[in-house]
Amino acid sequence: MNQMQNFTKGFFKENPILVLVLGTCPTLATTSSALNGMGMGIATTFVLLGSNVVISLLSGVIPDKVRIPAFIVIIASFVTIVDLVMQAYVPSLYEKLGIFIPLIVVNCIVLGRAEAFASKNSVLSSFFDGIGMGLGFTMALGIMGAFREIVGSGSIFGYKFISGDGILVFILAPGAFWVLGYLIALINRLKRT
Amino acid sequence: MAKTESTFKNMALSLTLIALGASASLGFVYELTKEPIALSVLNKKLNAIREVVPEFNNNPNEEMFRLSTGEGDSLEIYPAKKDGEIVGYAVNTFTNKGFSGYINLMAGFKPDGTIINISVLQQKETPGLGTKMTDPGFKDQFIDKNPSQFQLKVRKDGGPVDAITAATISSRAFCDAVQRAYNTLEKGGLK
Repeated sequence: MNQMQNFTKGFFKENPILVLVLGTCPTLATTSSALNGMGMGIATTFVLLGSNVVISLLSGVIPDKVRIPAFIVIIASFVTIVDLVMQAYVPSLYEKLGIFIPLIVVNCIVLGRAEAFASKNSVLSSFFDGIGMGLGFTMALGIMGAFREIVGSGSIFGYKFISGDGILVFILAPGAFWVLGYLIALINRLKRT
Repeated sequence: MAKTESTFKNMALSLTLIALGASASLGFVYELTKEPIALSVLNKKLNAIREVVPEFNNNPNEEMFRLSTGEGDSLEIYPAKKDGEIVGYAVNTFTNKGFSGYINLMAGFKPDGTIINISVLQQKETPGLGTKMTDPGFKDQFIDKNPSQFQLKVRKDGGPVDAITAATISSRAFCDAVQRAYNTLEKGGLK
């Protein structure tokens, strides 16, 4: 597989949310607005990129039997770095995402890529895989967030274009399930043709 | 690439080295971000104080003191002074009765106990519903009201406060936090 494919497969063919359906917990919880969804996506992208590169670098050194604890330590370090940096430089976004930043540690996408891809492939491939998967995740979260924000609160990126409320249910948990469900259905339909 | 064999020595050694590397990089980032984090927390507090009390020229953060709520807890009180005279108190108050638990408010009171303004520091309420407590449409109804005459209760509970649509619990919690601030000031003999 060439590097271009490693990069692009995260957007459509193996999109972590819409096709692999991994990491749906932060997806459902943080996409109440486009900005929150994309902030979460970018934070995850950084963690994916860092953990993929480091894990593929160390994959020859880490003994097989302790690979999971080793991966978790590496991932947790990157998450804590993101957590501290966001707290210092983008405090308003940090507050909105709250508990979901530390929870990237247990996000299936990150460990999934480490186990399924980074530990078996070269550093360069893992680098592109991390970026592609991360941006695919960000894209899916951005689309969901934008849709829920437009329908649910009548605004986009915090800019309000209708007065009063939107359809509130789209901001709440059920709305998240609907939007995710229909997005997955749409992708499945597109893939069949 | 040849895999390192899973012997006890290799496993312990590789885990130790990874943990060492991880803690070193974390320590480095922590040192790097310590100051900006403290600064952003302080700025947020000062902005909130500025929002809820009249103009002052002292440093409320340095003159902060604590008053007991009488419930085994204490609240931070920031006195705002203009040329040495008290113009208001900013009270860092809270409630645990929010729809998602803890809500942290900064409430400003005149020395006679009248509410000047209220600012929400931290809340985890339902987006689009309870989060409306930060909107002027809800919290402006408290401005210039004195809790000694103005009951801090939503209409459903027989009070005068207009609750947020579909977020009565959040509105109740908001009132609870303001009431706690007022009670604490009153008990401290500051109003």
